[in-house]
Amino acid sequence: VDAQTPCPVMNVVSRRLRARLVACRRAFSSETLMKLKQSQADSPVNETKAAETEEDSASKLRKSRVYTTELDMKLEKTNIPCFRIIDEEGQVVKSDYKPSLSVEKMIKIYETMSKLTVMDKIFYDAQRQGRISFFMQHMGEQAALIGSAAALDQEDVVYTQYREAGVYMWRGFDIQQMSHQCYGNVHDYGKGRQMPIHYGSRASNVHTVSSPLATQIPHAAGAAYALKLEGKPNVGIAYFGDGAASEGDFHAALNFAATLECPVIFFCRNNGWAISTPVHEQFRGDGILSRAKGYGMYGYRVDGNDMLAVYEATKEAREYAVEQKKPVLLEAMSYRRSHHSSSDDSSTYRPKDELEWWQNNNNPIDRVRMHLEARGAWDSDKEAAMRQSMKKQVVACLNEAERAPKPPIVDLFTDVYKEMPPRLKEQKAALEEHLAKYPEAYNLGKYAKE
Amino acid sequence: RDEEHCSSQRRKGATPMQRRGLSAVLRTRRLARHVRACSEMRRKTEADVIAAGQGETRSMNLFTAINDALDIALGKDDEVYVFGEDVKFGGVFRCCIGLNEKYGDDRVFNTPLCEQGIIGFAIGAAAIGAKPVAEIQFADYIHPAFDQIVNEAAKYRYRSGNEFNAGGVTIRTPYGAVGHGGHYHSQSPEAFFTHAAGLKVVVPRSPAQAKGLLLSSIFEPDPVLFMEPKWLYRTSVEEVPVGDYRIPLGEAEVIRAGSDVTIVGWGAQLQILAKAADMAMEKDGISCEIIDLRTLTPWDEDTVCRSVEKTGRLVISHEAPQHGGFGAEISSTVQEKCFYHLQAPIQRICGLDTPFPLIYEKLYMPDHLKNYEAIVQSVKDSC
Repeated sequence: VDAQTPCPVMNVVSRRLRARLVACRRAFSSETLMKLKQSQADSPVNETKAAETEEDSASKLRKSRVYTTELDMKLEKTNIPCFRIIDEEGQVVKSDYKPSLSVEKMIKIYETMSKLTVMDKIFYDAQRQGRISFFMQHMGEQAALIGSAAALDQEDVVYTQYREAGVYMWRGFDIQQMSHQCYGNVHDYGKGRQMPIHYGSRASNVHTVSSPLATQIPHAAGAAYALKLEGKPNVGIAYFGDGAASEGDFHAALNFAATLECPVIFFCRNNGWAISTPVHEQFRGDGILSRAKGYGMYGYRVDGNDMLAVYEATKEAREYAVEQKKPVLLEAMSYRRSHHSSSDDSSTYRPKDELEWWQNNNNPIDRVRMHLEARGAWDSDKEAAMRQSMKKQVVACLNEAERAPKPPIVDLFTDVYKEMPPRLKEQKAALEEHLAKYPEAYNLGKYAKE
Repeated sequence: RDEEHCSSQRRKGATPMQRRGLSAVLRTRRLARHVRACSEMRRKTEADVIAAGQGETRSMNLFTAINDALDIALGKDDEVYVFGEDVKFGGVFRCCIGLNEKYGDDRVFNTPLCEQGIIGFAIGAAAIGAKPVAEIQFADYIHPAFDQIVNEAAKYRYRSGNEFNAGGVTIRTPYGAVGHGGHYHSQSPEAFFTHAAGLKVVVPRSPAQAKGLLLSSIFEPDPVLFMEPKWLYRTSVEEVPVGDYRIPLGEAEVIRAGSDVTIVGWGAQLQILAKAADMAMEKDGISCEIIDLRTLTPWDEDTVCRSVEKTGRLVISHEAPQHGGFGAEISSTVQEKCFYHLQAPIQRICGLDTPFPLIYEKLYMPDHLKNYEAIVQSVKDSC
């Protein structure tokens, strides 16, 4: 087709278009407009309002567009700083710091952090000895966990990933209960159904851990929405790692929380590693916090090894979320000093000196301790006494849990549904019959009687 | 009767009726008896539903019945929220029309376009006591939420030792063929979900059923996947009680009594099966007992097995592909429990083991003719 010859189809279209334009102009001639204005003035309020909203909405959409004639491909490199209050030696560096934490509470937080560390060591050894089947430690993240937990209200609904035992501890889920869960015995709230460290408790208001990563993040948004509708002055909070933030559920949760205005805190533990994957293989933007802007929400990056900073940031985030009914993203920068889990040997993928540097130079426990000592609120005698009593306590808890029987066999079948359906009843009866025939093959003595 | 069938096997070439050795008079008599039984059964079912409701009825199609159920649930309980993609303006199938205006943006709202988010959000709300009714726009798009449904919602109660549960969650989703839906507007993914312990799967076949079953699902203490046959949204119309009434989950319904073959189906497939059964009666004097399963998990094994013990034959039919379809579960269970009553192999008339095709839809579908053939075949094959 010759480019100079007008295309017949185009002709038809443009003729139609012209006709429509003419019709439109006629419809909106000054006379018609006058009539429209008149009728709007006469019409009931709601009709006028509807017409205005329509016009506003259209012009709003139009105004939201900004145009340019330049093609400018760019990547905004940022390095959002971490908020901190004390330095690596425990010295206050924030000049205008007005502590909202009493010394007593600070000591309580420090003790809980230490307890978590003692528990980690003993439970990990118990796993090495084959006493429990699996374990995950918290070395390097004690401040992020307990500092944030201490800033929450007990009525705030908590959803965790799995490396958050400190949060449970702060909320009353004690080492004895953790021991029961790790042994899956008759006292475990979860009735021995899940792997060790999958804690959960209604009394502590912390929802039960599940292994699939990031699934809990949208749960926190949904719970926060329900809290808002109930008119409660509380937040939902989801803890997750930097690796989990790559899951689709992270995206879903943040976008839902922003658009549906949920009072929720998204608390990312950025510890540098997702099993063997370092952060530069996890994302290329400025950490997790840089994403908040894209979802239209506020956020903080905080030094996760500075307990005071984590506490203050979480406290402020919480106040904002409750008052504004909006989400906040918090990114606590720390370092995972432990192996990923008892099934992992991190020396196969990360340099030893990296680990040592964090242990010796930027250690959340040491930082609070030095701060407390500088204030004269703590000394090495208190430290030694505390450590000694904690060790005894943890060992006693493990032994107690070990002695308890496993839950009764019936709990294999209960709670699948609220009521046991006929098919499950049949399977239960079949298993009982089988066990009666071969009792010695199944070590039935370890289960509690119903 | 067994003797009749065995001898009929030897007389190949005759029509099934001739093979069964029934005279024309007998055939007419059986037909009359069958029609009488059917109409009695139909009256009984409707009467039951109405007795359970408040008596007064209104003519509704499937989408207006769903809308009515949602309206009742929202009005009854502040903890019920209705949300999903494009729900606020009434939904792409009009199921939520008028609800936003009546109950406000907080309780009837749009979500971002993200299925895993919709279900994850619903689970979170349910886990602290709400009763969210989440909509997935087409069952074909439920798969992004598979993890949330199977790993989270279904296991929430069990894994927490009943400390928490997601029992408040109801997931509504339109499923099934619609004439021109192609790959992603036609699927019937129920069997993926019947494999998940902890989840209930419900499929209604008509407006009155949809309303009663949906209301039960919303207030059920377990998470429910509620699959709505979109083919019937506008085409299925009947009298529906106006009040709040519940049809219990886990119970199948014998919608037509019969003596020769048991036919089991759910959702839109029931209309196809009724047509096939009519044809088998008219052409061959075969009396079919039709069972609507209604709930797929946990399914009503008793009702189906009792029926098969009576008829000795079973045809199962669903739109979803045969391989790994829910028909396999029914077939296997009935074989285990009714082996000595079975007089013929159990037949499965299902979608083909292909993706759902566009221009070949008519060939793909387990239509009334394929079902009719299976019914006749199972009588012919009888030992």
